[in-house]
Formats: sequence, C-alpha cells, structure tokens
Amino acid sequence: MYAQMVDTGLKRLRGLEDMSPQERAFQQRIDDGVKIEPKDWMPEAYRKTLIRQISQHAHSEIVGQLPEGNWVTRAPTLKRKAILLAKIQDEAGHGLYLYSAAETLGVSRDELLEALHAGKAKYSSIFNYPTLTWADMGAIGWLVDGSAIINQIPLCRCSYGPYSRAMIRVCKEESFHARQGYDIMMSLCKGTPEQKRMAQDALNRWWWPSLMMFGPSDADSVNSAQSAQWRIKLFSNDELRQKMVDQTVPQAEYLGLSIPDPDLKFNPETGHYEFGEIDWTEFHNVLKGNGPCNRDRLRTRVNAYSEGAWFRDALVAHAEKKARRVGTTPRAA
Amino acid sequence: MSKEWPLWEVFIRSQHGLAHKHVGSLHAPDGEMAINNARDVYTRRNEGVSIWVVRAADIVASSPADKSALFEPSNSKIYRHPTFFPMPEEVRNL
Repeated sequence: MYAQMVDTGLKRLRGLEDMSPQERAFQQRIDDGVKIEPKDWMPEAYRKTLIRQISQHAHSEIVGQLPEGNWVTRAPTLKRKAILLAKIQDEAGHGLYLYSAAETLGVSRDELLEALHAGKAKYSSIFNYPTLTWADMGAIGWLVDGSAIINQIPLCRCSYGPYSRAMIRVCKEESFHARQGYDIMMSLCKGTPEQKRMAQDALNRWWWPSLMMFGPSDADSVNSAQSAQWRIKLFSNDELRQKMVDQTVPQAEYLGLSIPDPDLKFNPETGHYEFGEIDWTEFHNVLKGNGPCNRDRLRTRVNAYSEGAWFRDALVAHAEKKARRVGTTPRAA
Repeated sequence: MSKEWPLWEVFIRSQHGLAHKHVGSLHAPDGEMAINNARDVYTRRNEGVSIWVVRAADIVASSPADKSALFEPSNSKIYRHPTFFPMPEEVRNL
C-alpha cells in the first residue's frame, strides 16, 4: 500500500520447530495478540522489516504532499484552499508519527531521509503521477485516501505497538481526507457538463493506479506470508483491493461517473465486483523510477531539504546562543 | 550533515481533562520550538489547552519486564478500595 512489496529478507517461512527458544517465545507473544514494544527482544528480520515498512509509509506521506501542493495556489475558492492546506498539513503530521515510530526501532531521522534522498528507500507508487486538473484533488482524496483507509485500519491492530498506535491517530484524521475528496467530486458532478467531464477524466486517470497501490497479488509471496506470521500484515493485497473496488463502485454510480474498466461486473453469486486485468508492468516500471513524476518528486524533496538547511542550522544556533545567555550548556541530543 | 535535534515527548491536557496525556514525540532544537511544533502537530483539532514537552532523555521509565514484581505489593491489598467494606443498607452517608 503506502508501503508496497516490503522485503522481509527471508526466503521461506519457518515453523515453531525451526526457531530458537527466544524466537519461539517472541512468536508466541505475537500469536497471543500481545503488542511488541521498543525495548522487547525481537528477531533482527522483524526489526528490519518494520523499519523498511514504517519508513516507506512515512516517506509516502511526505512525498504525498507534493501532488496536492501543486493545486494550493489554484484552488477554486478560499474555502477549498484552506481545506486542501489542512489536508496537506495532516500528511506532514502523519509522516511525523510514522518517522517517530520507525525511530523507536533504532534508526535516526537523518538516516531515513538520507535513504529517501539517495533513491534507496521507496515510497508509494501512487505519488509518482501528475495532478493535471483541480478534479485530481477530488479523485485523490476519494480514491487514494480511500484506499489508504482500507489498508490502514487493519494496521491499527498490527503487532508492533508504536506502529499500531500511530495508525490509530492517522485513521482518525484520514476520514476527513476521503470525504473532502468525494465532496469535491460531488460539486463537480453536480456542476456544468464541463466540470463533470473534468471529474470523469480525473477518475479515468487515477482509477488503475489506485488499484495498483495495494500491490500485486501476493498469494505466493514469502514476504507477505512472513509479514502475516508476524501479524504486521493482516489481509492479503487482493483482499484489500477487492474491498476497495466493492465499496467504490456504488460511490461512482452515485456521482454518475463510469469506472474506466469494460470488464467491471457485479457477480451476484460472490457478492463482489469482478474487474479487469491490471497492467503490472506499469507498476513495476513506476517503482523502478520511470513513472511520470519520480525524478521530479525526488528532486523537489532533495531541494527542499538542502535549501532549508540554513533554517534548521539557524534554529540550532539560536538555541545554543539562548542557552549560553541563560548560563546553561545545551545538552547533547 | 547538520546536528540532530533532541527528541521530546509531548503531553497534552484536554479542555475537559484533569491530567496531561502522552500523545507522541517530535524532534526540536529547543523547548520553544518543541512547544510550537507540538501545537502544530498534536492540537490541530482542539485536542488541548495545555502542552508539556519533556526531553526524552530526561524521562526515567519503569521496565516492562519488571511489571509483575514492581506492582505486586498492591495485588493483595484490596482493602484500599471502599468496596471491600460492605455497609448496612440502613446506614447513610458512608
């Protein structure tokens, strides 16, 4: 999702018999639903997997501010601008909660940002697409945040305490994001034919990338199986994607918009919507760095960080100067 | 690479609350920035009327592993609760 295809570093799932006594006790706690906290012993692979997943999730929030930041100066009304700004602020907050959770696992903020800026750490594929019209703001809130909610609610119950608690806070704030997006879509679809066409165009461009957010089918994935055994991942990619489709199709119907999938069909026997084949080559290509905006997103992030260095350094200088004036020495970080 | 900022734990007391609750953490170069950032991050929805920030390094916490031993003394002292003493129905104001 925001963290896609997280590598656990393991090649096969191990049973309780294959584990050391320490690992077995750890796995038992997970199976009993006891939360793992930062000071608890944990297998190195569990720690590394969580650092990867939580930091990817955090990077996604921060990079995710950019597609919407693009339309702040061109929002149609002051109210829409203020609301969009509030959403973007929330994303910064989400990034912070998640970086904080990742840092409890023994990694520093500087290390995490360095990995992102060097192109070593990933963020969600969805944020590599451009926002071409105001209607994209609606489509993103509705489809992208909507998908995020489906992924994030189960994460509130994941085994690692700090991550699950961060997700609880995130989920409370995320619902406004989805509603804000759908509210934009409703205004456009009830407006002029031109506005409705713009809404349909945005849906056409954001539908398939949103389905791809959940990641490829992971029925055979060792990584997914391991994450499930560790109770980090509670549902498969396909299950979550199906949930998204089932709940979104009626929402599109209410708007009078059509989903850009000729194979979309409700199956009365299963009670689910069947949908067409996803083009996974596009997904892998975007993850490799060849999506429409990858280079632009990374360049913007790196520039913001390097051009903001003077401000961060000034804050430190000011803090040290103030501490000297008061006669106390600034304590080490 | 610039100097890393210290970690602060943030505690907020809500309008209707009696005590400050731990809500999360953040990095900041000093107390003033920590309060400002805590306001921006943790009170966007009127969550609080008072903010405390404490350097994480100054917090001393009990160890989760010591939980049973540390809190054992109160397990057997249920007479600290008023419900341990049933009172006759006809007796008022006790």
